[in-house]
Amino acid sequence: MVRSSLARPVAALFVFALLIAACGPSPRAVQGGLGGTVSVLATWGGDEQASFLAMVKPFEDQYGVKVQYEGTRDLNAILSTRVQGGNPPDVAGLPGPGQMSQFAKAGKLIDLGNVLDMNAMKDEYPESFLKLAQVDGKQVGIFIKAALKGPIWYNPKQFTAKGYAVPKTWDELITLSKKIADSGTTPWCIGFESAAASGWPGTDWLEDIVLRQSGPDVYDQWWQGTKKWTSPEIKKAWETFGTIIADPKMVLGGKNAMLATAFGDSGNPLFSNPPRCFLHHQASFITDFFTKANPSIKSGEDFNFFMTPDIDTKYAGAVTGAGDLFGMFKDTPQARALMNYLTTPAAQAIWVKRGGALSPDKKVTEYPDKISSDSAKALTSAKIFRFDASDLMPEAMNAAFWKAILDYTNDPTKLDSILASLDKVQADSYKK
Amino acid sequence: MIDRIPQVAAALVLPVAALVGYIVVAEWILHRLPERARPRVRPWVWIGPALAFVGFFLIAPAIETIFLSLMDATSTNFVGINNYVAVLSDSNVHIAIRNNLFWWIVFFTGFVLIDGLVIAVLADRVRYEGLAKSLIFLPQAISFVAAGTIWKFIYSYQPPGVEQTGTLNAITVFFGGDPQPWLTQAPTNNLLLIIVGVWAWAGFATVILSAALKGVPVELLEAARLDGASETMVFRQIVFPLLLPTITVVATTLVIFALKAFDVVYVMTNGNFDTEVLANRMYKEMFTARNYGRASAVAVLLLTGIVPVLIFNLRRFREQEAIR
Repeated sequence: MVRSSLARPVAALFVFALLIAACGPSPRAVQGGLGGTVSVLATWGGDEQASFLAMVKPFEDQYGVKVQYEGTRDLNAILSTRVQGGNPPDVAGLPGPGQMSQFAKAGKLIDLGNVLDMNAMKDEYPESFLKLAQVDGKQVGIFIKAALKGPIWYNPKQFTAKGYAVPKTWDELITLSKKIADSGTTPWCIGFESAAASGWPGTDWLEDIVLRQSGPDVYDQWWQGTKKWTSPEIKKAWETFGTIIADPKMVLGGKNAMLATAFGDSGNPLFSNPPRCFLHHQASFITDFFTKANPSIKSGEDFNFFMTPDIDTKYAGAVTGAGDLFGMFKDTPQARALMNYLTTPAAQAIWVKRGGALSPDKKVTEYPDKISSDSAKALTSAKIFRFDASDLMPEAMNAAFWKAILDYTNDPTKLDSILASLDKVQADSYKK
Repeated sequence: MIDRIPQVAAALVLPVAALVGYIVVAEWILHRLPERARPRVRPWVWIGPALAFVGFFLIAPAIETIFLSLMDATSTNFVGINNYVAVLSDSNVHIAIRNNLFWWIVFFTGFVLIDGLVIAVLADRVRYEGLAKSLIFLPQAISFVAAGTIWKFIYSYQPPGVEQTGTLNAITVFFGGDPQPWLTQAPTNNLLLIIVGVWAWAGFATVILSAALKGVPVELLEAARLDGASETMVFRQIVFPLLLPTITVVATTLVIFALKAFDVVYVMTNGNFDTEVLANRMYKEMFTARNYGRASAVAVLLLTGIVPVLIFNLRRFREQEAIR
């Protein structure tokens, strides 16, 4: 009998909810504008979401098009479910080039060759960035934001006070780390926690090491799935990684802190007094996290970066990077206008100025400080440039990579069995 | 959005109209049948829509899932039992099966039942019963994702020496202990995840058991007390046996939930550090690896785990009906 007594209020609530949904904000056509709406699905929340909304604000004003933004940290699952269900957003951030090519091959993505001014794009974007967003010769995606991977952050004031010098080679980096450790402070701050994506900050380390230690060819074979995880080159990279993370004297709080600390918070002990660590390896966007958590610190004075140093001089000047790819799932005039807008230097400059983002567009110069412009330079003028390998791997491989980082941190003696299980996933996930 | 109002109205009105139409038409046809056939046909006419719904929304998808579990990742080729072989030889799945069967079924069900029973019995004897039960029931109103996030703050960890922001570690350090990385330490992290589930579900058990407790005739209790039974004897020999059918129903609900456990694990550890559960495995195979075959195979494993519980539940139900 419980059911029937509940049925009426439940039904009433249901009707009420539907009415609210139906009476939501209705779009108004602005005079002379395009009007209508464009739905956008991407991964940003919080400050990043605010920056994206600030970026599209002039677009909304100019065209009278309402941008309906929806952010989710679980982009991959949400996007693929909606695409499969025949209800994709008009425009979406793509989880990575690997995922993009699956959507493209299934015919879900619209060829941007006819949407964007490709000549201008070729002028303004580095070729490597355009190529990464092409599938079978078609431009199915475009980067609207980029990040430099592999900067190592330090506190210049503390460095000067202690007389530490910026290391030029990997060996110098290890020597410096040991020197700091011997002085009684842990040299590194590391955090791998990132909800369902926990472990990813460690993949950036591995990628930097593989590229600098064994070069771009091995790197490419590795993410393409033709180089085994148990191969000597990849295993060596893990062991090199281990010289830092497997040594409890090297990292603040040891393995427990690495596994449990959120990546965004993990760099903060650089700025405590006295500092509890001196080095932090993280992509360029971390500056936004630094300054939000420590409002008094100044870019360049309290924090600066040097690139993860070369390991083998044969591959000097190798750099990894990543970025946010956008793709179009529905060909509407509003979506076309938005894609065009997002690829303009003026639009990208908005986010860049707010901090935490680099632009793949060489014409964007409005960086808020020297650190950002140095990062952008390092990114667009690298001698050897490679995209974040884990983002290029199939999703199942990527997820296994994340988990392997955590498992290795938890127990470095299990390296061989971890690599063997990664080989199993590799053999399995590239088949499709 | 305004233009959706007709659709919404149609979605509300049409199903009702269809049902009414169905009844009218069916009765009209029934009246044209010979008198003797009517009693045999009529039940089917009335139960028809329900059967159709259950068939369409439950049975058909279940059959489809079994079918998909025998196909490859993209559901194009038949691969026989390959998916089951792959799933059952995956060490992550072994951990998941252990966690579901051992940690979740035993500890989650046990803790919730004991909690619910103790609170129901104790609350029955105080004047602020309503308040106490409301407080215990409150977490039930929170989604599991939110519960997981809240408890993540409680379990949060900072290295020794750094100020502890997590409640549990702050308390530990206050009493002179070392902060513990609660969520990354196996096997106790399983127990800590389950506590979140217990926190959210204890209210459910309390409310139902409390209602059953009120149904125990006072005369029986008084008679027992007059005969000189102590309070523990009253509970063990009168109250508990009378509550047993309710306890069984609550327990089966909890066991089914324990088998399906997902949200808390996904939000708090994502199955890392030996906390994997089958439902999270299914999610990963489905949405990360995009492997329909294996995801379906895990789903079928879950289904086979739940079927015995359902059969047991149905049997109990039938026995009770027979008593009535």
